[in-house]
Amino acid sequence: MTSAFAALDLELIAMQLFSGVALGAVFVMLALGLSIIFGMLGIVNFAHGNFFMVGAYAGVFVMERTGSFWAALLVGPLMVGALGLLVERFLIRPLAGRSPDDPLLLTFGLGYVLVEGVRILFGSDGLPFATPEELSGVADLGIGYFPIYRLFVVGVVALVLVVLWYGLERTRLGLIVRAGARDPEILRVLGIDIQRLWLWVFGLGIALAALGGVLAAPMRSVNPEMGNVVLGEAFAVTVIGGMGSLMGSVVAGLLVGIVVSMTALVAPEMASIAMFAFMALVLLIRPQGLFGKPGLGV
Amino acid sequence: MQTLDQTVVDAPPGAVKPQRAPRVTAGFSRWRAPLSILALLTLPFLLPSQALAVNVLIYGLYAVGYNLLYGYTGLLSFGHAAFFGTGAYVTGIAIGAYGLHPLLAMGLGTVAASALALTVGAVSIRSRGIYFAMVTLALAQLVYYAALQASSWTGGENGLRGFTVSRIGLGPVSLDILDPQVKYLFVLAFVGAALALISRILASPFGAAIEAIRENETRARACGFDVERSKLLAFVLSGLFCGLSGALSAIHLSIVPLDSLAYHTSGMAVVMTLVGGAGTFFGPFVGALVVLVLEDVFSLWTPHWQLALGTVFILFVLFLPRGLWGSALERLSFRRGQS
Repeated sequence: MTSAFAALDLELIAMQLFSGVALGAVFVMLALGLSIIFGMLGIVNFAHGNFFMVGAYAGVFVMERTGSFWAALLVGPLMVGALGLLVERFLIRPLAGRSPDDPLLLTFGLGYVLVEGVRILFGSDGLPFATPEELSGVADLGIGYFPIYRLFVVGVVALVLVVLWYGLERTRLGLIVRAGARDPEILRVLGIDIQRLWLWVFGLGIALAALGGVLAAPMRSVNPEMGNVVLGEAFAVTVIGGMGSLMGSVVAGLLVGIVVSMTALVAPEMASIAMFAFMALVLLIRPQGLFGKPGLGV
Repeated sequence: MQTLDQTVVDAPPGAVKPQRAPRVTAGFSRWRAPLSILALLTLPFLLPSQALAVNVLIYGLYAVGYNLLYGYTGLLSFGHAAFFGTGAYVTGIAIGAYGLHPLLAMGLGTVAASALALTVGAVSIRSRGIYFAMVTLALAQLVYYAALQASSWTGGENGLRGFTVSRIGLGPVSLDILDPQVKYLFVLAFVGAALALISRILASPFGAAIEAIRENETRARACGFDVERSKLLAFVLSGLFCGLSGALSAIHLSIVPLDSLAYHTSGMAVVMTLVGGAGTFFGPFVGALVVLVLEDVFSLWTPHWQLALGTVFILFVLFLPRGLWGSALERLSFRRGQS
């Protein structure tokens, strides 16, 4: 009798652990985008959560037109990434040389515009986003049954991580990007158009946020306000991981996802508080975050 | 200090002139609180509704409290809704659930907001620069979710209801708060006292210290200022005034919406301060006036007035980062310097 209960508990814990990983995978996408943009441009993007939200809506839009989830997953982030390119070129670039607070404030104002823009185009109420048929249902992994869609989300994020890692560490372009994060002046002296690099890195960060939005859409409700909620979560993850550290983004994202879903198992009412309390704890012990270098920060 | 005296002593006779400029502004700054209160007295005659005028007072004080941290100390916080909301909630709960005298309840709300500011400040000041904005935002989210969960006290999503203040007894007299004019003067009394206090704080050596930290933290540290403690004190004072504005809003509305703790409310402090002019004494009131009038006008036409708010804010960041009042002052002092 007791052993049966223990087995049940173990299965439940495994389930929660896994949904924590799936939840964390979305946080990883958000934190990666934030970190890449900060690492290269030195900007904290306060509209990041709103771009995540716009990504979810772009996914809805493409899915309505084409009827294909795969098209939504591919085209949605590209559309929002293109929007990101425009934002960098016409709003953020003119602020070059000003205090780092200025682009932060500007993206904060942009958040209002994005939320209201979506409200005008799609209405103020939330939209349903059904799990694609080929990905619905559960799979038996030996230790328990897991929703296929969540497995898929984890898989996509893992794939994105591998591609990013390869791109940054194994290609010439990645070398330039890493050099640009360390010393933009030297890079400019070497004859590389750093302005263009910043443009594309910003677009990439935004596209990652939007991809997170499309992936998360079937798991959480799609509404214009979701971005502001997500922003706080993304910041907590980034602060825990250490700003500008990609490794930190990945570890902290998964860690926070697990902390949240485990708290939900023990004390459901504390789940939304858990990640922020966790962040405060990390800050008290390591103000620079788990993977951040001391003294970093502009 | 010594080097400063040295330069004055060693200075050639011609160098006396720049010394007069600070004296002129010092004379002006002695009158900034009374002048601000006089300006605020005219508000009810200029604005279409009394409720709007009271809102300008309350949000103006909120922005002034925020400005103490952002404009004067140079710390960009995105979590001040936590202090505004705490001030409002504690005041409302003290009146509604414990039947406290409204003034006592407001005092309690303000103290609670300051205590929270001490805690949030102690955690967030450890994080430098751009982190600070993110940490304060996340900690304010923590307070928001805590209030959402503690619904038996706070009313959760519906907000705190069931406390109405119609009369406030002050010894022999009893103020009829439902009379719009009495209410305006009641709120103005607190706002005026706060302004006088803030003016005094800014004129004190501590005021000079936080401005030194804003201008150059490393140099301020090298000059022997205790940077961490000054920042923390600025944070607590800022939380105190924001808490007071929250307490006033609870009295004004007789309800505390959950929204008063939300990200949007934190953002409003930033918007108002920047639009008015960060680091100026009266600027935040100008910002509160502009933003609230904008809301009043645009929300008549369209439910999407925040599109205008966001656009206006972006334009300010791009083209008028000193804000309306800040730019006006700059132009004025430039002219004075020319003549």
